[in-house]
Amino acid sequence: MGEERSTVTIYVMGKAYEVPASLTIMKAMEYIGYRFVRGAGCRAGFCGACATLYRKKGSYKLEAALACQKVVEDGMYIATIPFAPAEKRTYDINKLRPTPNVLLEYYPEIARCLSCNTCTKACPQDLQVMDYVQAAIRGDIEEVARLSFDCLSCGLCAMRCPAEIVPYNVAQLARRLYAKYLAKTSEHLMRRLKEIEEGKFDEELKRLKGLSREELKELYDKREIRV
Amino acid sequence: MRFAYYPGCTLKTTARNYEDSALASARALGMELLELPRWNCCGTVHALAKDDVMHYLAPIRVLVRVEDMNREGILEGNYRLVTLCAMCYNTLKRANGVVKEDPDRMRKLHDIMEREQPYEGKVEVLHLLELLREMGFEKVAERVERPLTGLRVAPYYGCLLLRPRGFGIDNPDSPRVMEDLIRALGGEVVEFPYRARCCGSYHTVERKDIVAEAAYKILSQAREMGAEIVALACPLCSFNLSERQDEVEREFPGFRKIPVVYFTQLMALAFGLGEDVCGLDQNHVDPRPLLRSKSLI
Amino acid sequence: MSTLLAGRVIRISERNGRFSERVKALSGEEIDLCFQCGGCSSACPMTSQMDLLPSKVMRLVQLGEEAVLKSRTPWICSTCFNCAARCPRGIDIANVMEALRQMLLRSKFDHLKLETVGREELREIPPIALISSLRKFTS
Repeated sequence: MGEERSTVTIYVMGKAYEVPASLTIMKAMEYIGYRFVRGAGCRAGFCGACATLYRKKGSYKLEAALACQKVVEDGMYIATIPFAPAEKRTYDINKLRPTPNVLLEYYPEIARCLSCNTCTKACPQDLQVMDYVQAAIRGDIEEVARLSFDCLSCGLCAMRCPAEIVPYNVAQLARRLYAKYLAKTSEHLMRRLKEIEEGKFDEELKRLKGLSREELKELYDKREIRV
Repeated sequence: MRFAYYPGCTLKTTARNYEDSALASARALGMELLELPRWNCCGTVHALAKDDVMHYLAPIRVLVRVEDMNREGILEGNYRLVTLCAMCYNTLKRANGVVKEDPDRMRKLHDIMEREQPYEGKVEVLHLLELLREMGFEKVAERVERPLTGLRVAPYYGCLLLRPRGFGIDNPDSPRVMEDLIRALGGEVVEFPYRARCCGSYHTVERKDIVAEAAYKILSQAREMGAEIVALACPLCSFNLSERQDEVEREFPGFRKIPVVYFTQLMALAFGLGEDVCGLDQNHVDPRPLLRSKSLI
Repeated sequence: MSTLLAGRVIRISERNGRFSERVKALSGEEIDLCFQCGGCSSACPMTSQMDLLPSKVMRLVQLGEEAVLKSRTPWICSTCFNCAARCPRGIDIANVMEALRQMLLRSKFDHLKLETVGREELREIPPIALISSLRKFTS
């Protein structure tokens, strides 16, 4: 094993920079002197704001990642994609029904899917994007919801799709339909909501609201944790 | 006997009655159709341009899945893929034929489908009607419990079950596979010249008028020849020849609606599998009054 | 029949060979085999909607006449393969129609504008219709 390099060369807007090898793309860019006013959010891989495309020297592959998650590699050509131009269709979820054609009705362009799988290869969450787009075409709302559950709407699939589909918007509609019409109702939740409505916890909440900061702190420290 | 089975998108949405009746009828004949565990749309139309690679990805991926089923032991050395939809049948069969003869195109496809196992070219694409013919219509006849006595059925093939030559399930000039089936089910066959005439196909999206004219010609000829009901094997033909009858009625005064069903619905009916499995309530022009008048339901 | 080429004199000596060759390459068909019997045109179920008969399209492609790209005919063709089944010269005319469509589709042209298809219609039509029409009419 050779000695590990402490810095790597990355290219931002075509310009070469030496940056510490341990940094994420986002931190490396800040290290260089960039300041993110768009295209950065939670910095923890949850919000999907920092979609990024890159190629590595000597490779034809155009790869995709979240800048806050991906650690820099030597010879990376980087372009951040702060926004994916995409239209979210307008609908009233209360008026829709989970019919087999509803996803095609609002996003008919999904019928253009070529099954090329480019979206799946672009997804930084490793979702089976092509499979859920295909499930959407055949009206399998539950499958779309299941396969797209971890989607962050970062937009990378949409930027790479040769059929110009915006997969994450379709998936969001499917998840909304699933939650509203298809998912099994949680009986516990319903029971609890009813209790809240009936004022079962009003008294206790009123008491808590009346406590001072110190009293609250003490109560918190003494809380019982049941496993 | 078990077979890999490819449903296609429309059989999961607006043509559920086709799938339900087909699977139940196949089961009644001792065939188990196993849906591919993972599949994508075949593309519905075969990519005709000679330099096209992109549009082969969808059908070839489907064929890889059949080989996957064999690799995973779901099937043992059975590479026959059964289809129901005429467009899926045609697209899968033609793409299969092309790539087997064209290693260069196959190589490009493998490059793009880097995450799949390479396609080894082992799959044979079949339509359920071919399988029934292979089994023998006398076997089918033996299974009949409620023959379609007195029902005058016009089998309609449309285009892609027969053409282009070499890719159809029967002689494109004088097909008989559906006719033989209807006879085996105890029905009366009405042959009509337009049984292989185009229904207007994909024009149904932007040129309803073209489809209405085609449907009018086809259906009124079937009616003139004495048919009471039309049987077919394609969910797009079905939409154009049933749902679009509303359009035909508007544009061609005097037109009388005629029920259009999938051949598998008649099969399930004749096998006595019950009305539920047939899904007759999903047919746009209700076939039930006619079937009731013949005491078939 | 339309006036698409009315009054136009085609000089064989000026034949646009490149256009014919491009159609041949895209379609994979031996276009010069066509001897204008008209069989395709009589077999085609869609001619009432066409501005040029399929056999005329074949002739114009032979002559390298690019104006054929302005014809409605390739967009009316429903790829039913009746023409191919009837051609005594073994030409698959449906492939030629596809080549003509592709030449336009590959130049930032869409025949079907999806935005013009209404919600009501989309609710009703089966996936198979939408997929096939988008495959044929958009790039």
